[in-house]
Amino acid sequence: MSERFAAALSVLPEYLSAHVVLSAAAMALGFSLSVLLAIAAVRSARVRWPVLLFASIVQTVPGLALLALFYPLLLALSALSTRLFGSGFSALGFLPSLLALALYSMLPVIRNGVTGILNLDPALGEAARGVGMTDWQRLVRVELPLAAPMFMAGIRTAAVWVIGAATLSTPVGQTSLGNYIFTGLQTQNWVDVTFGCVAAAALALIVDQLLALMESGVVRRRPLRIGAGAALLAVGVSFASFARIGGGDTYVIGAKNFTEQFVLATLLSDRIRDEGGAATQRPGLGSTVAYEALAAGEIDAYVDYSGTLWSNVLHRTDNLPRSELINDLRARLAERNGVRLLGTLGFENAYTLAMRADRARELGIRTIADLAMRARGLTIGADLEFFARPEWPALRDAYGLEFASRREFSPTFMYSAVAEGEVDVVTAFSSDGRIAANDLVVLDDPRRAILSYDAIVLLAPSRANDPLLARAFGPLLDAISVEVMREASLRVDRDTDKESPAAAARWLEERIR
Amino acid sequence: MRAIDLAVPARQFVAIVGESGSGKTTLLKIVNRLLEPDTGEVRIAGESTRAQPPHVLRRRIGYVFQRVGLFPHLTVAENIGVTPELLRWDHERITARVAELLTLVDLPLEFGSRYPAELSGGQRQRVGVARALAAEPSILLMDEPFGALDPLTRDALGGEYRRLHERLGLTTLMVTHDVLEAVLLADRIVVLRAGSIVADGTPRELMNDQTDGAVRALMETPRRQALRVASLLDDHAP
Repeated sequence: MSERFAAALSVLPEYLSAHVVLSAAAMALGFSLSVLLAIAAVRSARVRWPVLLFASIVQTVPGLALLALFYPLLLALSALSTRLFGSGFSALGFLPSLLALALYSMLPVIRNGVTGILNLDPALGEAARGVGMTDWQRLVRVELPLAAPMFMAGIRTAAVWVIGAATLSTPVGQTSLGNYIFTGLQTQNWVDVTFGCVAAAALALIVDQLLALMESGVVRRRPLRIGAGAALLAVGVSFASFARIGGGDTYVIGAKNFTEQFVLATLLSDRIRDEGGAATQRPGLGSTVAYEALAAGEIDAYVDYSGTLWSNVLHRTDNLPRSELINDLRARLAERNGVRLLGTLGFENAYTLAMRADRARELGIRTIADLAMRARGLTIGADLEFFARPEWPALRDAYGLEFASRREFSPTFMYSAVAEGEVDVVTAFSSDGRIAANDLVVLDDPRRAILSYDAIVLLAPSRANDPLLARAFGPLLDAISVEVMREASLRVDRDTDKESPAAAARWLEERIR
Repeated sequence: MRAIDLAVPARQFVAIVGESGSGKTTLLKIVNRLLEPDTGEVRIAGESTRAQPPHVLRRRIGYVFQRVGLFPHLTVAENIGVTPELLRWDHERITARVAELLTLVDLPLEFGSRYPAELSGGQRQRVGVARALAAEPSILLMDEPFGALDPLTRDALGGEYRRLHERLGLTTLMVTHDVLEAVLLADRIVVLRAGSIVADGTPRELMNDQTDGAVRALMETPRRQALRVASLLDDHAP
């Protein structure tokens, strides 16, 4: 417990400062746009309803979806800009998070601002004109100051929303307090999840209180309070942005959102430190986001799987033998993005079928071909996406598989279902620690119906010939067996005596030496 | 409003009376272009009011609003100084002018730092008058300025304003629905009905020789009330 707490605490400065900088930038952008739109909406009824409708619609889009939508949009814009101006920008990380959160922050400010101005006593507007103010002077000297408390109330609401929603920027490659939540959820590390939630809530609470101080200053016309609140917020943000600078030549190691990736990313980082470099991690990336982040140089290295890149990045539907696939992939990735495939780690993390060891023995099943002969009397349990993936028809057609019935589970329940004999066969990832933990055996695929999913180390174009990375990762290549990887993941995933990914990575490194 | 032809000599105090909806306020707002007429024009000292942007015109004409319209986020001094501020007077001149006006409308100088919400209705309307006078206009438009005040304050403020009108040599157009107020304060009364002028003359003329029945009834109200009050006093005389 205290080891995991200390581990969580050690990355707090990085996560928190990134979270603060992101939220502050999004609020600043969103607030500026909101005030302009609110003014336009007040001045013209024709602008008013489209603006309010747009802001309301944005609000109904779930925060995560909003972030996800910005990724392809920015990717397209970046491609366009590359074509027009010769240089693109990163569609990942800060930019999509900033834009999505800025949009997200707008509704309360616009709605409050518009209501605040429209509900002012019409006599005041007339008085403003009567004493000789122009439209602009009326807005700046009378309407905005009088609606300021409403604007401030909107800003407070928006700030709390943005700080909460910023935790969702982790999967698009932006470091935030969400890193705790996403990785913690995946590894069932409730210390991390709680830590992330408490940190985000505490941040929101503090910001809300400072804004409340400013709000009361605005309402009661106490410039001192407005100044004090603004100054404290500014100190916090500049402290955070100062913390973000520095550590110039730090290697950034990416990880997708599952245990094996967390362990391997930590292993890669540890190796870099062993060789005298500095490393930081960007965990919890979406599966394809990770590759794009590498190609764009947002991250310097990470571990991916040959079959995933083959079908999801190169969009190939054919199948090659294991080593040919690697060689082909190496050439194509280098040509496509300048990404370097450094080498394989030595194990596969493939979709596979698994059974309880005793049951397999009893039925005399060792391979999928053996299974096909018995399948009519058996039940298969799969995770939620298996039957929709290309692996299923490939397997079914190659072996003529037909089961008595099939059921779908979330992964955790799928393993307990097979352990308790509710289903006979389950889909599994070959390196999953739960295979050993539940005393399952993986069935061979003699006809090679399923793509190979060799774990491979990829380097960003700018790091393709980095000598330190070559030194650091060289000893890992072809050095990790699937059994060792399973055991390492299990140390994190198991329910009792759980270890942190960092501890599991240290254990793994010892097995390699 | 139709066929309004009204010429007001400088330094005259004109009261515009009539029922609700007769067009009194509309007429007043057309003068400083808070409303624009469909046809026709307003000339001040021979120059059309359209010759300059409306906000420039309005800075030269004082306006006292029916609902006072003091800016609640500004102090009394800032409210009074608002038009000079828009005219970019320098700071000392504004401060001096605000002090002068507070004295003129009979408010203590320390009221300058108060907010409108801290004042009584009568005090607020004094500030309203001071604000209208701040940029030294020669013309003052007043829209039922004393309508919302209690009778005592109303009487006092009306009298005081009439003296200011004399002292500063103002030209005043005052809308009121109170005929007695018009009779007591104005040099000239204009009666509106359904957007047209139906009577125009000194209070004495309108009260004595009126042919229009409705106008006569209107103008006789103060006299009738005065007689009733007098007879009540007689009955109870010891």
